[in-house]
Amino acid sequence: MGYQPDRSQYPQQREDGSLDIDLTSGKYLKLWQGPQHPGITGNMSVELTVCGDEVVEGKTHVGYLHRGFEKLMERRSFIQCFPIVCRICVPEPDFNEYCYAAAVEELAGIQSPERADWIRTLILEMGRINSYLMYLGGQAGSLGQGVIGQWTTYVRDLMLDRFEELTGARIYHMFILPGGVRGDLPDGFNKRMEETLCEIENVLKDVYETMFCNAVFKKRTVGLGYIDPELIEPYGVTGPTARAAGVAKDVRKDQPYLVYPELEFEPVVGTDSDVYARADVRRRDLLMSVDLVRQILSKMPNDGKLMTKLPNVLHWKIPRGETYIRGECSRGEYGYYLVTDGSGFPRRVNVRGPSYTHAVALLERLIVNINISDVAGLMVSLHTYPPEIER
Amino acid sequence: MSIRDVLSPFTAWKYLFRDPVTITDPLNERPGAARYRGFHQNDVQACIGCGTCETICQNAAIDMVPVEEILTESGDSGLRPRIDYGRCCWCALCVDICMTGSLTMSNEYKWVESDPDAFRFIPGVDKKHWDDAELGYRRPEGHRLTPARRVEMHELEPETRIGSFAEIVDGYSVADGLLEAERCVACGLCVATCPTHMSIPDYIAAVRDGDYERGLALLYETNPFSEVCGRVCTHKCETACAVQHEGEPVAIRWLKRHITDQVPYERYREIVGDPAPATGKRVAIIGAGPAGLTTAYDLARKGHEVVVHEERENPGGMPRYGIPEYRLPYDMIDRDVDLIRSLGVKIHCNSRVGTDVTMDQLQQEYDAVLLSIGLHLGRSTRIPGSEHQQVTKAVDLLRAITDGEEIEAPRQVVVIGGGNVAMDIARSMARLQKQQHGEVNLTVTALEDFAHFLADPEEVKECGEEGIEILDARGPQGIMLDENENLIGLKTWHVVSIFDEQGRFAPSYDESDEQIHQGDMVIEAIGQMTDVSLLSEELTEKLEWNRGRLAVDVDGRTSESWLWAAGDCVKGPDVVHAVADGHRAANSIDSYLKEKTV
Repeated sequence: MGYQPDRSQYPQQREDGSLDIDLTSGKYLKLWQGPQHPGITGNMSVELTVCGDEVVEGKTHVGYLHRGFEKLMERRSFIQCFPIVCRICVPEPDFNEYCYAAAVEELAGIQSPERADWIRTLILEMGRINSYLMYLGGQAGSLGQGVIGQWTTYVRDLMLDRFEELTGARIYHMFILPGGVRGDLPDGFNKRMEETLCEIENVLKDVYETMFCNAVFKKRTVGLGYIDPELIEPYGVTGPTARAAGVAKDVRKDQPYLVYPELEFEPVVGTDSDVYARADVRRRDLLMSVDLVRQILSKMPNDGKLMTKLPNVLHWKIPRGETYIRGECSRGEYGYYLVTDGSGFPRRVNVRGPSYTHAVALLERLIVNINISDVAGLMVSLHTYPPEIER
Repeated sequence: MSIRDVLSPFTAWKYLFRDPVTITDPLNERPGAARYRGFHQNDVQACIGCGTCETICQNAAIDMVPVEEILTESGDSGLRPRIDYGRCCWCALCVDICMTGSLTMSNEYKWVESDPDAFRFIPGVDKKHWDDAELGYRRPEGHRLTPARRVEMHELEPETRIGSFAEIVDGYSVADGLLEAERCVACGLCVATCPTHMSIPDYIAAVRDGDYERGLALLYETNPFSEVCGRVCTHKCETACAVQHEGEPVAIRWLKRHITDQVPYERYREIVGDPAPATGKRVAIIGAGPAGLTTAYDLARKGHEVVVHEERENPGGMPRYGIPEYRLPYDMIDRDVDLIRSLGVKIHCNSRVGTDVTMDQLQQEYDAVLLSIGLHLGRSTRIPGSEHQQVTKAVDLLRAITDGEEIEAPRQVVVIGGGNVAMDIARSMARLQKQQHGEVNLTVTALEDFAHFLADPEEVKECGEEGIEILDARGPQGIMLDENENLIGLKTWHVVSIFDEQGRFAPSYDESDEQIHQGDMVIEAIGQMTDVSLLSEELTEKLEWNRGRLAVDVDGRTSESWLWAAGDCVKGPDVVHAVADGHRAANSIDSYLKEKTV
């Protein structure tokens, strides 16, 4: 089927490739969507040029959530960066903690204990589940289906309870320290986690029936926001967005880290590369994470150290070096590029959030020719979080 | 698209018949998880105000503030953390780093207040309803952000060291020094406790940076006897060290020594710097010990001319004549003394005031005079038989050993005393016994029991390793003589208590528990006093006294405006106190000289 735009009034291109839009002609209208709107978790604007109800051009404007994390970290000791990093991504903060900790560990020449690696993997998969649950609610909500968000928020809240009892916090867990993790699983955690996972599976069945087997949802999302698989590489597209285009990119498999080599899973791949396919890939990926959490809890060693011995963190100096640590988060490849110069502070921390490529360059390309009412749905389907665009 | 896609969404209707998942009344009690990072608690009695929480807080949410009813004392700054919940991010690094474990977090998370300033509060002091909460984030067992274990100091093995007076302690290697320096949390509690307020965190930071010359400059800014103090300081700083609450205190004394070990001695003079231009003022100092020479060092650096009169053959005072060479090699004293000499200080040895030169002469020839004459007279137990020639005093024997006199070590020796001097003479005699007779046969009888022992624990431990027997809670009752008046031992009774109800020294004994300790010699090491015979009768009359010691004001000035006194003779025995006293006297004398100029 596919989306059939009316191109009759589409502007001509100038010689330099830009669109020949004459705003005084009365044919076009400038429309600002954002910085607050349902298409994105956080604040970001899209400056739309519309012709009728069709978008002919969309320019992204970011920076509303710029708090200068990377710069702040250049004036913080290595341990002091630890509470900062999680704030770079609100819905899935743990990847920041893991990537930062792993980068520091590599450059400082320390190794986190095995059991800590298992718990780290557990936390990352729990975070992925939460992020996907939030996404599903957002994706449905952006197309007018508010009830899905209510259901997923309910089960996400159950997972936050698990986070709370494990890490001591619900949103910013601050649990993965350089050197290991802060604590062990509380008593009875596995049982309560199993109950939560079952509830998530139940809700996902309902989500599937109500959202994915839904004529309206299909009508609006199938064919919308198609990404040509050939664009995946040049646009730096990663994660479920790439996998929905049939490109089986998954850092967990491609460059395994933590305990992923010991877990059984295959990257979830789709074919159609549209909004529907991306939502479906994420739903299945979520179910896979549920399975991974079960695997982790059953395979994890029963005891062992949680923290390796650290030097005095108050004046911890790390030798000159640089490294890039990456991991597969719910939105794609998350990475930390850390440069140290032998002092007590990072020389440079660069955070590679997948939202940067997806929400700016890719969105500007995909947004052309879609209906205004689909903009929010398209943006959500790229699953971007602005704080990691502007760090 | 199929008919299922049209009908399937209607399954959502089943939710109509389910209970709501949201709480109808959001203020219902819902306790935080057992390790929830909620509002802070602080056990203010256990807290020492070290401020590591303030240091680690990346949001500057914590300020250390003075608190009523909590006094500043050794090992406690008297400050307590005040937390600003407008800045706190609940990361709990403050809890993780807390040296005493006093700072914790409750699982409470609800706090409603109309005054925004209320959210800046002092946990444990400003009473809150979560103060007694049992659940909440506590630092997990074994979770440490600072290393707790001290880097071991290598020493000579007991069987090797007992054979000679060679220095026992090896000193840290560069790698070990770095590791030990890393343990410091730079709280500064030690600076307040150190009598001479050495910049301890700063010189330890210099070790961490490998900048030993910077460290040496910091040492000699406050302590011209750093070589000496790096070896024999009583290190009160280590009793205040915040790190001891997590394990052992930082080895501050050894790190001081480590700096002096690492800088070539030829560099010292340049690092210390040249003295100020000459002022034309002259100061005489009596006694070339730590107090006198510290005053000399300070005054010389300020441009005054200083002349020191020393009764003995060599300068160094009590450290040279009271501390055995295996703890403090003489050439290390010489290094510190030579540095002071290099600043222009003249030291006249073998020059006894009262004989070679009189106090009156000094008063007339100099603008100010300092008495720093130490505690060179040993006290006697005055027990029956203590006047016997084989009963000697520890200070006299130690001095004889330093002077290189031939000493015939008896085969069996009994020492009376439980302080460091008793340990010093016991271990020195043990070495002589080993050299002369091939075996150690020495008993120390101390008035105090081991729970209240005066000597440093490491001294006691090393005595044991060297084969010296220490008997605690033994009170000397008499010297045992045979029919030919030869000394054959010491009689002691078990000590029941040392002080009476008013806290006065009045030992009581259990006479039924009597022991005879056999020996050919008894050494008394029960305390020292000052030899004030150098003062003229007239001057002694004029000066004010305080229980046998010269009375001085806070700056060390006596009741005579031209005369100061400092060191052991006014403050009791301790090298670093003497150094601190020397600084005080030097400042006071300098102000006096400036006033004189005006």
